[in-house]
Amino acid sequence: MGKLVALTGNIAVATAMRQINPDVCAAYPITPSTQVMEQFSEYVADGLVDTELIATESEHSAMSACIGAAAAGGRVMTATSSQGLALMWEMLYIAAGMRFPITLACVNRALSAPINIHGDHSDSMGARDSGWIQIYAENAQEAYDNQIQTVRIAEHMDVRLPVMSCMDGFITSHAIDSLELLDDKTVRDFAGEYKATHPLLDVEHPVTYGALDLQDYFMEHKRAQAEAMKNSRKVILDVAREYKKLSGRGFEYFEEYYMDDAEIAIVILSSAAGTVKVVVDAMRAKGEKVGLLRPRVFRPFPYNELSDALSNVKAVAIMDRADSHGAEGGPLFMEFKSALYNNKKQPIMINKIFGLGGRDLMLPDIETVYRELRDIKNTGKIRTVSEYITVRGEEAAYGKA
Amino acid sequence: MKKGWKDLPIGGVILEAANTKKYATGDWRTFRPVIDLDKCTNCMRCWIFCPDSAVCLVDGKVNHFDYEHCKGCGICAVECPDNVKAITMIEEAKAKEGK
Repeated sequence: MGKLVALTGNIAVATAMRQINPDVCAAYPITPSTQVMEQFSEYVADGLVDTELIATESEHSAMSACIGAAAAGGRVMTATSSQGLALMWEMLYIAAGMRFPITLACVNRALSAPINIHGDHSDSMGARDSGWIQIYAENAQEAYDNQIQTVRIAEHMDVRLPVMSCMDGFITSHAIDSLELLDDKTVRDFAGEYKATHPLLDVEHPVTYGALDLQDYFMEHKRAQAEAMKNSRKVILDVAREYKKLSGRGFEYFEEYYMDDAEIAIVILSSAAGTVKVVVDAMRAKGEKVGLLRPRVFRPFPYNELSDALSNVKAVAIMDRADSHGAEGGPLFMEFKSALYNNKKQPIMINKIFGLGGRDLMLPDIETVYRELRDIKNTGKIRTVSEYITVRGEEAAYGKA
Repeated sequence: MKKGWKDLPIGGVILEAANTKKYATGDWRTFRPVIDLDKCTNCMRCWIFCPDSAVCLVDGKVNHFDYEHCKGCGICAVECPDNVKAITMIEEAKAKEGK
């Protein structure tokens, strides 16, 4: 078994990166992900890794440098948040389209305006269509565990896609949490050696990257990219199983908490799931059949498995820490509605937008959602499909929290 | 037969060096360069500046254009020295009609 330590989520991720020892890291600091690279740069300075650290002038340049280094044949990593991820936007698509297995620690933070440094999922949800695999961690332990698994998922020959490993800004990134580390050799052996398919530095075999690809071939390349994302489903589970043998910690597409006989359930990503678990425990103690489903893998979205998991629930609240203005609910909600559309058995679904810009989600807020779900289960009626909760100026539409 | 998506190298990478020769870009052209070899002094400016390597030499002297790849940008005609002006750009449609 590994060593028990107390670390912030950021340092846990930096530790995983040290243990993997990537060839190149190119980054630009942004709150709350700064500490990842700050810590990692100490490892570089102390000679604990062989990594070439490139301090760029922007995140656009950081991702560009990552792409160049990946084309050269390196194992490449970076970290960012919020505006930083937004500034990487066009390069995110290029990294995925060029099929470079770059891994990125995304420390989730709200997007401006108004300016806000705290956690929500607007940044990575905005990047959901960029072709990156997205995995969300509940706590520092999982952020560490996910980070180690990302290289194996990204670099698998059936995949070769970039992976974004997400954790909640400040709540997970800056709070000190206890976690178990694997020893360096175990991680290094697990990560293994990266073999680039057509490295530019192999001058004996010159190749062209980034060539023009018009009507005649573009769709074939995109079709192959879509297949790689499909292939990643199996790879994600295989890598998780192998990782469990080393760590004892198992991972699936999603975590089910008291879902077996749950009549009502909340679906929620990342750190907020920890808070929901406290409420579930208390309500279960009173005999209420409540459950929690926490998606871990958002891209690829495990449609069949998730819709099966919810098929016996009567009413479910999908809770989004990001909004898609003008849509009927947040991005997670839309995904679940789509996933369940073809199911014969469907729960009634509502959507709550919560926690934007780091707004706390407290235990009574969650209890209120479960109370509303209970009434929906009993009456079959919904009051509103999607709404903001814990927001001032709107009378708590469903009772006092 | 062109390759399907399963048979192409991933990420749009091109494994064959210098394969742009296979990509005929000449049909992008609206004006084509025509050279008067009697005026040409073989200063080689057109050969140096041509972005498509479409100025062809024979025995080290400018001889003709590679119309398979010349996009008709006209750089050769501009760079041809003022006191020579051996290259003129003529409308592709008229050139094709043989006018």
